[in-house]
Amino acid sequence: MSSATMRASTLVIARRSMVRFFRTPQLVVLGTVQGAIFLLVYRYVFGGAIDAGGIPYVDFLVPGFIATMVLFVGVGVAAGVAEDMREGFVDRLRSLPIPRSAVLSGRALADVAQLVWGLGVTTALGFVVGFRFHGSAGAALAAFALCVAYGVAFEWMFVALGTLASNAQAAQGIGFLVFPLTFVSSAYVPVDSMPGWLQAFANHQPITVMVDAVRSLALGPQAGPLLAHDSGYYVARALLWTAGIIVVFAPLAVARFRRG
Amino acid sequence: MTPMIEASGLTKRFGRTLALDRLDLVAQPGQVVAVLGPNGAGKTTLVRSIATLVRPDGGDLRVFGHDVRREAAAVRAVIGLAGQYAALEPAMTGRENLEMIAVLFGLDRISARTAAARVLAQLDLVDAGDRLVRTYSGGMRRRLDLGASLVGAPRLLLLDEPTTGLDPRSRIELWDAIRALVDQGTDVLLTTQYLDEADRLAGRIVIVDHGRVVAAGTPAELKQRAGRSVVEVHVRDSAELPRVAAALARLDHGAPQVEEATRRVSVAVEAGVDRLRDALQALSEADAEVEDISLRPPTLDEVFLSFTGTTGHGTVAMEACA
Repeated sequence: MSSATMRASTLVIARRSMVRFFRTPQLVVLGTVQGAIFLLVYRYVFGGAIDAGGIPYVDFLVPGFIATMVLFVGVGVAAGVAEDMREGFVDRLRSLPIPRSAVLSGRALADVAQLVWGLGVTTALGFVVGFRFHGSAGAALAAFALCVAYGVAFEWMFVALGTLASNAQAAQGIGFLVFPLTFVSSAYVPVDSMPGWLQAFANHQPITVMVDAVRSLALGPQAGPLLAHDSGYYVARALLWTAGIIVVFAPLAVARFRRG
Repeated sequence: MTPMIEASGLTKRFGRTLALDRLDLVAQPGQVVAVLGPNGAGKTTLVRSIATLVRPDGGDLRVFGHDVRREAAAVRAVIGLAGQYAALEPAMTGRENLEMIAVLFGLDRISARTAAARVLAQLDLVDAGDRLVRTYSGGMRRRLDLGASLVGAPRLLLLDEPTTGLDPRSRIELWDAIRALVDQGTDVLLTTQYLDEADRLAGRIVIVDHGRVVAAGTPAELKQRAGRSVVEVHVRDSAELPRVAAALARLDHGAPQVEEATRRVSVAVEAGVDRLRDALQALSEADAEVEDISLRPPTLDEVFLSFTGTTGHGTVAMEACA
């Protein structure tokens, strides 16, 4: 099959996901409103009671909030994959004379585009509630790019989980996996405020590593009281985790789509 | 002539279940082939194997001469598939759905637009064409789904239980749509659980059970071989059952079958309304209290029975009436 066919079919399949997203108000409005409410609750309800280790809580929170957003968006990815499998949409695509990998690449392209959209909206909201970058513009861009990279990695994980779930509701249940990963991390509160046994988990799971990298880039010198190492250290660790997740889940997702 | 479908020794196993058990089938183009069988008979696995969605474990399967394993791309270029669900994007219009599939089928934008318009007209969906699919009724979705499998002008249309779950009216509309396609020269292979559906649409019926073909032929041939209509009597009070059975036994068409649980007595008869009149007469002579009486074609179970000696899926059914 020519590469033009691969490119053309990827774009057509991605377009369908984008159209679905923008024509389904529940997805656009509800997703955005839900994110905004969570952000406001942390910022204004819990925020006052949380000691963020010497920096304003809003500066502590927003990088963590944005980095963990990719996981909450991913639950929707898993549900979408499960639904497409169940409703026969994937079968229809797989019965067409197109490269089979286009089914996945089209989906991934659209999912990442939606993630970038969501990251942009959430970052803007962060600014509205008082968050400011303290590092260089380049570091801010790198932080954003890092979040997109996490999104790409988790895309594979959620696609794989979506193919394993029997329906969209079961895929939503993956949310239960997301909660401990996001809440028991450095995303919303400093890890050293947790009991020791919980710290052991929080310090060694990928979300903390990823959040620390984004925070280190976004806060620049202001991150001093929180983070012992420089940004390079945290970013390198985060990229290792990102690569690890892709290495494990991308082949699994591809195999699940090829299976028959 | 190259057969449309040629399967020999086709085998597919899912875990412990043997979905296809050395299935042999040759179907020629130029006709509608109905694969008839109960749930779990292997119908869907057969269709999915033909559509290259399932990779057979053993045996050989060719579609217009193309091997489904080695020449999957060539097979996909000549088939259109409509599965058990309406595989459409609800957030797009009917026309957009069709154009999307047409482009994926390899048509350029302009040809895709023409093909979508043609299919909308063909399936009587022109008025609804520019509405979002999520506003469609179930019957309209199925018709559009059928359209999506047609938009690439495939040589062979695969329909997996196309009318399951539809109301009677939508079912008849879909039948009409399928029949119109056949008149225009599209070959169709469809699966169904319903004898009447196979009867109305197909020139050739293949009965599948436990992953194997148990019988094949034209509807007339199969009916002749499966035989007979059934007179079925329901009674209100199970005390009436022996009297009814005795009355029906006097018809001389073999031993009536009595089902205590459903208070039902049935007997296979040679086809014809006369037999119903005879039965009524015998019952009234015996002074039996009857709730309901009917003359019906044999059920799928009974057709199976006549070919296999066992029922398709272990439900209680009548014994063979030789």
